[in-house]
Amino acid sequence: MIPILGAIAVWLLGWWLNNRLASGPYADTRMVRFLAPLIFGLTVIGIWELVVHGLEVPLVILPAPSVIWDRFWDSLPILWADFVQTIIKGALSGYIIGCGSAFLMAIAVDRWDFLRLGLLPVGNFVAALPIVGTAPILVMWFGFDWHSKAAVVVVMVFFPMLVNTVAGLREATAMQRDLMETYAASYWQSFLKLRLPAAMPFIFNGLKISTTLALIGAIVAEFFGSPTLGMGFRISTSVGQLSLDMVWAEIVVAALAGTAFYGLVAMIEKAVTFWHPSQRG
Amino acid sequence: MKQFTAVMWVIAAIVAIWYIACIPMNIDSALNAAERAGEEVDPPTAKERLLEYDIILVWDNSFAIPETWEQDRPRLPAPHDVVLELWDSTVNKKITSKRSLVYHGWVTLSATILGFAIGTGLGILLAVGIVHSKVMDLSVMPWAIVSQTIPIIALAPMIIVVLYSIGVQGLIPKAIISAYLSFFPVVVGMVKGLRSPDAMQLDLLRTYNASRSQGFWKLRLPASMPYLFTSLKIGIAASLVGAIVGELPTGAVAGLGARLLAGSYYGQTVQIWSALFGAAILAACLVGLLGLIERTVLKRMGMAQ
Repeated sequence: MIPILGAIAVWLLGWWLNNRLASGPYADTRMVRFLAPLIFGLTVIGIWELVVHGLEVPLVILPAPSVIWDRFWDSLPILWADFVQTIIKGALSGYIIGCGSAFLMAIAVDRWDFLRLGLLPVGNFVAALPIVGTAPILVMWFGFDWHSKAAVVVVMVFFPMLVNTVAGLREATAMQRDLMETYAASYWQSFLKLRLPAAMPFIFNGLKISTTLALIGAIVAEFFGSPTLGMGFRISTSVGQLSLDMVWAEIVVAALAGTAFYGLVAMIEKAVTFWHPSQRG
Repeated sequence: MKQFTAVMWVIAAIVAIWYIACIPMNIDSALNAAERAGEEVDPPTAKERLLEYDIILVWDNSFAIPETWEQDRPRLPAPHDVVLELWDSTVNKKITSKRSLVYHGWVTLSATILGFAIGTGLGILLAVGIVHSKVMDLSVMPWAIVSQTIPIIALAPMIIVVLYSIGVQGLIPKAIISAYLSFFPVVVGMVKGLRSPDAMQLDLLRTYNASRSQGFWKLRLPASMPYLFTSLKIGIAASLVGAIVGELPTGAVAGLGARLLAGSYYGQTVQIWSALFGAAILAACLVGLLGLIERTVLKRMGMAQ
């Protein structure tokens, strides 16, 4: 009973703290913007821990955060090997190939009006489909190792990236293009000096969407077959063995990897598109 | 019209590339079949053929090219095979039959719709809370944004198994996965939408002495509709993916995901492709339907662009 009361106390404390922060004089400072979600997160974890202990929830339903934490540190080598297999080999290589080829394709689409008219609706359409379903086919073609996961990632990120880049390359206004023309700029000069920089916010938007898609593709593709390694493999086998602490540890890794990947792209965006209003605010 | 022809050309090009790709992909099995039928194949045994590049095999055995489009278990089924299988498993089978794609599609669709409804409902509620309460905005909103960068679909197998162990199975676990996948895009889009009225409009309502709830119903909610529909379209696509992935760990009983998994276990490539196209058609219909509702609603509200 005491842990349950403790959980309620933790909840009240967190709520009171955040209420004070939000209605206090420093509500719009960066400090509070950082502290409030942190307090919320800690409150949730605190309640989770206490409720699991208080109600004696079995491990096979919901392990306590402390158990997950222990498991995380105990199996660091396994988690690292899975991370390398799924994220570095599968997701990252597929991400680079997929985004790179979509970028080149977008330049071609932008150059020829016919391709833009024809390919863009198809691309928009395909971007909304459950492409992750191609995983069994690609696993069959490229084998169980990371190559098939990279292939799934390529297919998943290609169309969102294509659509965003094409939209971005059309961003420069007619006035700006005319100016380049009065300078007698060639196609490539005006591309490199005007339209590519103008497209950067869109390109980075595509790159950011693709980070999550890449991780999803690499993990889900492993459900259809993988070597005895990888995050998706570990999740599906650990679920089968009912060792949910391991599953949660993998989810922690996936969450950290996802945020770090996204954050990295966002940081590069900040450096590249420093001139854009959304980055100066 | 120009656009239509261009799209048709692109689709025709894709189909043509597909047919051409079938030749090297399926040449091995086509030649094996030809060898068994007693025809002369170069090189003569399957072992030697494995060492050759597929392109060279095609070059040396051009007689077998039509065969590559007629395989039973091809590595890449020809487009007409997929269309035939789709037709066969939707129209020619009774809807209640386990081999009917309509049956499997319905299993997936019902989980998708249920999950989508739950996720959207909760998402809108949370968005309203975030917009009206500074505490929630400060503490919950950053997590909703961060959750977009996390592959939360990795939770799917666990949810299925945990709910199974406490006795819940069938539709509900899949719907829960669908719900949380559509939840976060709706929250983020809806918050953006509810905040979209500018200071001038909010001030106008204040001069009318409008209450908070009037401000919500008459300004914020109508103004959020375009944003809501955009995120609904993302949400329903995510819901469908969630329902399909949710079917994978249950050991392939029913649903489009189960068809994909069973097909990949038994090497039934045509079945995989037809399930994939079934899922694609389903997604297209759902997104298209939402687009239609969007256009009608926005038109009635006088917001259509």
